[in-house]
Amino acid sequence: MLKGRAFKFGDSISTDHITPGRLAHLRSNLPELAKHVLEDADPTFASKVKAGDFIVASSNFGLGSSREHAPLVIKMAGVSAILAKSVARIFFRNAINLGLPVLICDTDKIDDGDELEVELAAGTVNDITNGNQLTFSQIPEVMLHILDEGGLIPYIKKYGDFRL
Amino acid sequence: MGKTLAEKILSQKSGSDARAGDIVIASVDLVFAQDTTGPLTVRQFQTSRFERLANPQKTVLFLDHAAPSPNQGLSTDHMLLRHFAQQTGCLISDIGNGVCHQIVAESLAKPGDVIIGADSHTVTAGGLGAFATGMGSTDIAIAFGLGKSWFRVPESIKVVVSGNFPDGVYAKDLILYLIGQIGADGATYKALEFSGDSVNTMSMSQRLTIANMTVEAGAKAGLFAADKTTQDYLASQGRDNHYQPVFPDVDASYEQTINIKVPNLEPMVSKPHTVDNTAPVRELKGTKIQQVFIGTCTNGRREDLAVAASILQGKKCHPETRLIIAPASRQVLLAAIKAGYIQSLIEAGGVILPPGCGACLGLHQGVLGDGESCLSTANRNFKGRMGNPEAFIYLGSPATAAATAISGEITDPREVM
Ligand code: SF4
Repeated sequence: MLKGRAFKFGDSISTDHITPGRLAHLRSNLPELAKHVLEDADPTFASKVKAGDFIVASSNFGLGSSREHAPLVIKMAGVSAILAKSVARIFFRNAINLGLPVLICDTDKIDDGDELEVELAAGTVNDITNGNQLTFSQIPEVMLHILDEGGLIPYIKKYGDFRL
Repeated sequence: MGKTLAEKILSQKSGSDARAGDIVIASVDLVFAQDTTGPLTVRQFQTSRFERLANPQKTVLFLDHAAPSPNQGLSTDHMLLRHFAQQTGCLISDIGNGVCHQIVAESLAKPGDVIIGADSHTVTAGGLGAFATGMGSTDIAIAFGLGKSWFRVPESIKVVVSGNFPDGVYAKDLILYLIGQIGADGATYKALEFSGDSVNTMSMSQRLTIANMTVEAGAKAGLFAADKTTQDYLASQGRDNHYQPVFPDVDASYEQTINIKVPNLEPMVSKPHTVDNTAPVRELKGTKIQQVFIGTCTNGRREDLAVAASILQGKKCHPETRLIIAPASRQVLLAAIKAGYIQSLIEAGGVILPPGCGACLGLHQGVLGDGESCLSTANRNFKGRMGNPEAFIYLGSPATAAATAISGEITDPREVM
């Protein structure tokens, strides 16, 4: 079970909000890049987020560039899962490849700062603060297997190939 | 039931009966990364303990986003990529060659190919009839090693485009209009397949502009079936144009059909800070612009520079507006020099950047100041995109950009043509 606080974000948080292009020179210095995570959406996020916390966004989270540094710095910040109403395609795939769960559910029912518990296997989110229980939609099986192994690299190391 | 173009290509390359919603494993005809996603790709490839590339001649690293490098960090990344190419025998396109998607179109993509790149605008090659899509560094690293990847076969939306373009209206206006209609997530996980009599008369450059921006509606691919224009383009590039033609079936099943009548369109812009925040140019009249940027994988081709040069020839940029131009490739730059476009643009006050991404992503060469506004021919206007979250980016066609450079405020190109 994952446990942590909700950090709410609105619609259309792009990869430029998460890791702006102007910081591209830090992409081979990840600890430094991670200090700026989501800087252009909420400059205080990096200093407030704690291990286990959740990003709770609205629609089309992660749209824009294919830069995998976006989910990577979110993971490095300690975020245990991203909850959103919808997520852009490349970002979704990148997050799963890094072993970072992305859960599609009705995030309108969650407020900023709520304490959440997520049961990945059961597909449920419990909002401890307001008592709501939400279910999230299943992801394709191939992605579940990648997530189970902790990401695409450990998955390929184990199986040597994709398995459908 | 017949198949869409996306289903056809993925069936061929996976050796299966691929239908929308299926997950397939398909071989890739080209896999690439660029200088801001490549270093992580290389590291993930090394961590995966692959001993060699599956297909060195189908693997490319492009140094285009920071070209030439503006600082130590990026220079070191460039060294890493050059070294990896030497070690593995993959192809490298060094600084000055141009933007990855333009080089892919000019020299590498074929109709019916499956192409993946660590860059979201990989969809551009859909203009040539390739199923091309962007992925992240880890997926690309694994494809470097395996020569294949997994794909969810997308549902397709059919976009039927009919009629002739009115004066002053271009492919860019069409795709901005479409994105404004369906929204930035209107085609998420789907393919947009373009057809109709208007498509038949579109140049390759226009098709590439449209395919390039399909990702701004969330699309996984933007596809144009190959035709005579495609063949002529390949021939004009001195390319072998022997390929297996792939067409959608007449009884293919589309999730939705969208009809666009081109004669009803007018010049469009996207307003800050989202691409789907579109409006006709005339509604923005009077908006002061400090920088005009013409270039990128969307609109940095010869045809685009020709349009801009024809408007700017013999005129001067507004004294409070600077004009920056980045040709999409070395080939484009050479052709534009030969045709005299570069001379006209420089005489009008323009600054020419080396072929590459230029000012597009805020790394170097054209970063905006606090509170400044830019009219750009690029594909994205997200907050912070051009290096400053306190700046404002409007997107438009090269004609709108040129007209705006002259008057210093957003201007409908039909007023100056
Ligand atoms: S020109 Fe802009 S959009 Fe195109 S690849 Fe370069 S940075 Fe990306």
